Amino acid sequence: MNKTEEVFNKIADKIIDNKQYLTKLDSAIGDGDHGINMARGFSEVKEEFESAEFDSNSAVVKKVAMTLISNVGGASGPLYGTAFLQASKVMEEDLSLKNAVKIGEAVIEGIKMRGKAEQGDKTMLDAIIPAVNALKEDYEAGVELEEALQDCLEAAEEGKESTIPLVAKKGRASYLGERSKGHQDPGATSSYMIIETIIKEII
Amino acid sequence: MKKKLVNNPDDVVEEMLAGVVAAEPDRYKKLKDQNVLVRADAPVDKVALVSGGGSGHEPTHGGYVGPGMLDAAVAGDVFTSPTPDAVYEAIKAVDSGNGVFLVIKNYTGDVMNFEMAEDMAEADGIETAHVVVNDDVAVEDSTYTSGRRGVAGTIFVHKIAGALAAQGASLQEVKEIAEKVVANVRTKGMALYPCRVPAADESTFSLEENEMELGIGIHGEPGTERTEVKSADEIVNNLVTDVIEDLPFSANDEVAVIVNGMGGTPLMELYIANRKVNEILGAKNIDIYKTFVGEYMTSLEMAGLSVTLLKLDDELKELLDAPTAVDLLK
Ligand SMILES: Nc1ncnc2c1ncn2[C@@H]1O[C@H](COP(=O)(O)OP(=O)(O)O)[C@@H](O)[C@H]1O
Ligand SMILES: [Mg+2]
Repeated sequence: MNKTEEVFNKIADKIIDNKQYLTKLDSAIGDGDHGINMARGFSEVKEEFESAEFDSNSAVVKKVAMTLISNVGGASGPLYGTAFLQASKVMEEDLSLKNAVKIGEAVIEGIKMRGKAEQGDKTMLDAIIPAVNALKEDYEAGVELEEALQDCLEAAEEGKESTIPLVAKKGRASYLGERSKGHQDPGATSSYMIIETIIKEII
Repeated sequence: MKKKLVNNPDDVVEEMLAGVVAAEPDRYKKLKDQNVLVRADAPVDKVALVSGGGSGHEPTHGGYVGPGMLDAAVAGDVFTSPTPDAVYEAIKAVDSGNGVFLVIKNYTGDVMNFEMAEDMAEADGIETAHVVVNDDVAVEDSTYTSGRRGVAGTIFVHKIAGALAAQGASLQEVKEIAEKVVANVRTKGMALYPCRVPAADESTFSLEENEMELGIGIHGEPGTERTEVKSADEIVNNLVTDVIEDLPFSANDEVAVIVNGMGGTPLMELYIANRKVNEILGAKNIDIYKTFVGEYMTSLEMAGLSVTLLKLDDELKELLDAPTAVDLLK
């Protein structure tokens, strides 16, 4: 198993462990299936890894993308699937801060293209955009990779929490209007978990 | 934890479809590796209709597969849009070269997964088109939101577009009639008791013993207003008034009505509700052309109902009356 596979295995464990928690968040403002959807997709990812052989990191990420598209369903399936697919297209074999920024931008572009949401709409983008912005600022300021990843993690966490007071404008939660306030967005939470796991595995 | 008649929660959709096919083997076949029900005689030489969405809304959509209505129904997991692969396999299974028309309920996930499936089909040279149904008046319609949900009014799209396709219309004509139905159909629902998806430990929302939720969605998404339980007449009055004012429906309009049970509502209560629907429309001089009372689009064991009105003209009436093998819409 190569390093990227290991990282995604850890992500899968994290998501599967938090299946009920993510589902509970989605029950508050959605339809109570986010954890179930994500756990179904990532269980399949783990299974795929058992038989597949990969010759590059980007091939691993592409496999993850296709597996999520084929197994998650809901809104998060095409969104995460598209995000990882875009990431796989720009991913280089050696990790660098520069490439991490590029991957982050590709992820955001993919999610926006598919879901037409913006920052502040109370979606997964509210965790991802600040995280990628933090990486970008640190890259431009010449900060070391490890420190940049720390900043990225903090920004993602703040971003996830920033969804609590927001009124949802996209996805099922938007049906609630004002009543969506006061709840953390499930997709922003799963995005934070993914970012957290990737960063903790690298550092 | 509530009791449920399930085995492994992960297997509910597959086991349900196996039961459906076992009950009516001459009507349906199930695709081998996907949770898709198709007409036993598919592909038929006409524009094919495919719909689908999360499961848990039975008889939606499998119950509408048959001559005069759908050619295939794609069953996602409970309350979860099916994946693009599943929709794509359905499209391939029913395409006869005349194109495939998709009826999509307006949920972010459904729209994205179905559109990805269309991209896949078009790459194979299969012509597709779709309509997005958004009949739920409880949701504010705005370009800044995901827009209105697709609920029980979808059944009229299946019936009317299905009838036109059966007469040999083109893909474009089928799309136009479907859009006409969407432009003229409105629904509002409510719940008395919530539901629980088989894989979850808790209900998707909770209601106190004396509470009800108006404007509920069919996935147990909380509605727009929570109040104490009122009488059947008051509840129906709230639903029908909002539906009428939205389009708006006016005196001398002719309408088709669906009084739809959410899964846990006794037929007795649906008929009590329909009595009031009839009375309100009568008082407003809105003519009822046809009424359907029963379970058309449910939400697992949720108790409650929705009321749908479709404004008719001669063309829509003829297609609504056109023959179909689907018992529910006969
Ligand atoms: N248009 C969108 N753009 C970005 N993210 C979205 C969009 N719509 C929904 N989401 C994310 O998807 C999450 C819900 O995913 P999930 O529950 O799996 O799907 P569904 O809403 O179809 O039930 C939300 O919490 C939100 O973060
Ligand atoms: Mg959900």
